[in-house]
Amino acid sequence: MSALVSSTSAPSANSHLPSPAAPRAALSTHPIDILRFNTCGSVDDGKSTLIGRLLYDSKSLMEDQIEALERSADITGGGQINLANLTDGLRAEREQGITIDVAYRYFATPKRKFIIADTPGHVQYTRNMVTGASTANLSIVLVDARAGVIEQSRRHTAIASLLRIPHLVVAINKMDLVGWSEERYVQIRTEFESFLPRLGIKDVQFIPISALNGDNVVERSANAPWYTGPTLLGHLETVHIASDLNLNAFRLPVQWVNRPHNPKDDYLHDFRGFSGQIASGVVKVGQKVLALPAGIVSRVKQIWTYDGAVPEAFGPQSVTLVLEDDIDISRGSMIVGLDQLPGAGTELTAKVCWMHPRALQRGKKYFLKHTTNTVQAVVTEIEHRLNIETLEAQPAPAELAMNDLGEIRIRTAKPIFYDGYASNRLTGAFILIEQGTNATVAAGMLAAPLEFVKPESGDYVI
Amino acid sequence: MSNYHLDHLQHLESEAIHVMREVAGEFERPALLFSGGKDSICLLRLAEKAFRPSDIPMPLLNVDTGHHFPELNEFRDRRAKELGAKLIVRRVEDAIDQGIATPAPGEISRNKLQIPTLLAAIEEFRFDACIGGARRDEEKARAKERFFSFRDSFGQWDPKNQRPEIWNLFNARLNPGENMRVFPLSNWTEMDVWEYIRRENLEVPNIYFSHKRQCVRRGGQWLPVNDILPPKPNEEVRELVVRVRTIGDIISTGLVESPASNFDDIIAEIAAAR
Repeated sequence: MSALVSSTSAPSANSHLPSPAAPRAALSTHPIDILRFNTCGSVDDGKSTLIGRLLYDSKSLMEDQIEALERSADITGGGQINLANLTDGLRAEREQGITIDVAYRYFATPKRKFIIADTPGHVQYTRNMVTGASTANLSIVLVDARAGVIEQSRRHTAIASLLRIPHLVVAINKMDLVGWSEERYVQIRTEFESFLPRLGIKDVQFIPISALNGDNVVERSANAPWYTGPTLLGHLETVHIASDLNLNAFRLPVQWVNRPHNPKDDYLHDFRGFSGQIASGVVKVGQKVLALPAGIVSRVKQIWTYDGAVPEAFGPQSVTLVLEDDIDISRGSMIVGLDQLPGAGTELTAKVCWMHPRALQRGKKYFLKHTTNTVQAVVTEIEHRLNIETLEAQPAPAELAMNDLGEIRIRTAKPIFYDGYASNRLTGAFILIEQGTNATVAAGMLAAPLEFVKPESGDYVI
Repeated sequence: MSNYHLDHLQHLESEAIHVMREVAGEFERPALLFSGGKDSICLLRLAEKAFRPSDIPMPLLNVDTGHHFPELNEFRDRRAKELGAKLIVRRVEDAIDQGIATPAPGEISRNKLQIPTLLAAIEEFRFDACIGGARRDEEKARAKERFFSFRDSFGQWDPKNQRPEIWNLFNARLNPGENMRVFPLSNWTEMDVWEYIRRENLEVPNIYFSHKRQCVRRGGQWLPVNDILPPKPNEEVRELVVRVRTIGDIISTGLVESPASNFDDIIAEIAAAR
């Protein structure tokens, strides 16, 4: 713990630590969007200190947290505050052997609101990392500059890649302990770059930091004149995420059929809308769409929202679509655009992360929840298990146990309509639920479909 | 060419609507916990956005501690009526009379007695899901709370028995007697709540705004003078210009001295307090 104590003497006496009591006029302007990121690092990489630093320097702490920090500094630290204390709930639990989990934390700057999925980095916690990474736009992998690239660095990066997180930051921490050596930084960077190409992550940024002292986290460091890139927060605030939005193939998984049945109003009496959150793409009034599994084409008559009808909508907006024709559509159906049709099938191949102490059993029936649709499924084959140390596939393992990653084949009781996870993180994902206990036992990512919905199939209304 | 962009409030709104519709789609008998406080005011607007032009497909449920601010109950009843929603109120007072809730000797606060009262209401109406306005930023212990928080057939929350939540795929399956608490505002902060209220121009009970009130100094904070625990002769009583930041039991809700008389003032005050 002592290694994590901040070197500052008092929060307000250091330029890296602006007084938390200072007015924060900047926040009264709206952040423009949301960036979700997860942080990965092993136990001593300084992850808690880094998150504490971001929260503290961006003044995103609640008053009681600041008071608690300063009180503990008075008691134990001779006036030094311990940033790691802010996130220490996880640490305490780890020591007690209680469930380790994902903790979510929030901060905002005038440019962005940030949601941090904070996961412990121990080898056993692949399951939590997958959970935290599933909703992230960006992943921060922390590397201790003294230790360099270790197995966990590779594993964290591999999971970020598996989960198709578009942006990666490699934060090379504790640079103060290697004398801010540019040579050391380049060495670590080069080693990382040697295995990055096969992981296919689009955007990677390396940043040398000292979370403890605040160098290059929020404030630019004077210790690394050779580094010309952004600070960590500067990068988080500006990394271009708008193009991560999947605007190509329109997909609306139907959550709820909106039927007011209002006898007093003709319009509302016959109103039949299909409510859901757009998973990808754009939909416009007048556009032809296909309803699945009905296999029937219709046109969008209206895009209804509480704030009025709109001419078009896009992911991830929540909307209610009214179609020209009366089609059998219910929860679990999907309304899709005609330009890029999804895959369809009952025989699926998927990568999974096993999340439950009871290992995956071949031949056992599970519920498979995909978008808003739940079907029965049976695992027919375990193709391989991924060695998370070497990232190599070990063929035909006997089972997949908790925290294992692997590839499986599944047969579903009814066809599902889906995309490969690589092209769509929402319509390519599923969970497996154990029957009886209802435990969520696996997170799955579907391989690209081999068979697609054919536009000529089914009864056309037009 | 349109700009396909959602700002942070639109993003949070869409996520919360998705969660609410999952509740409507997956559960047989859901309820929405509505107290009239700022968070549940956001929930009501989100329910309108999720389900209109239909009726909100679940009743509103409130546990009345008997220690509510009168302004709050008036607001609660009126809003339910305006929305055409069914409002179910279950009183701690009645639960005590029926022996469902038993106060600890000497305990005046009703906070703990809300739980057995709520559980009795869940049993009475066989609710399988209750939507609540809790947020993860409220306190450190809530940072790991789920959107769908599982309660066993005794109404207990067990941290070891919570389900991982991956992507936006919520596992809503229950066995008989089990219950889910669902928190659509999980990813919202106090600031987001007020910014959303301002953007949507939502009515809030007037006690959130600065007003003159008789206050009593107790336990290091200013509390509203009330009939349940009237000021003792040795206690300092003053008329102050105050507002409430969070609304709870009237005997223990701290008042902040504040001139904030509109949403902009409140938002500036929260920003400065950090």
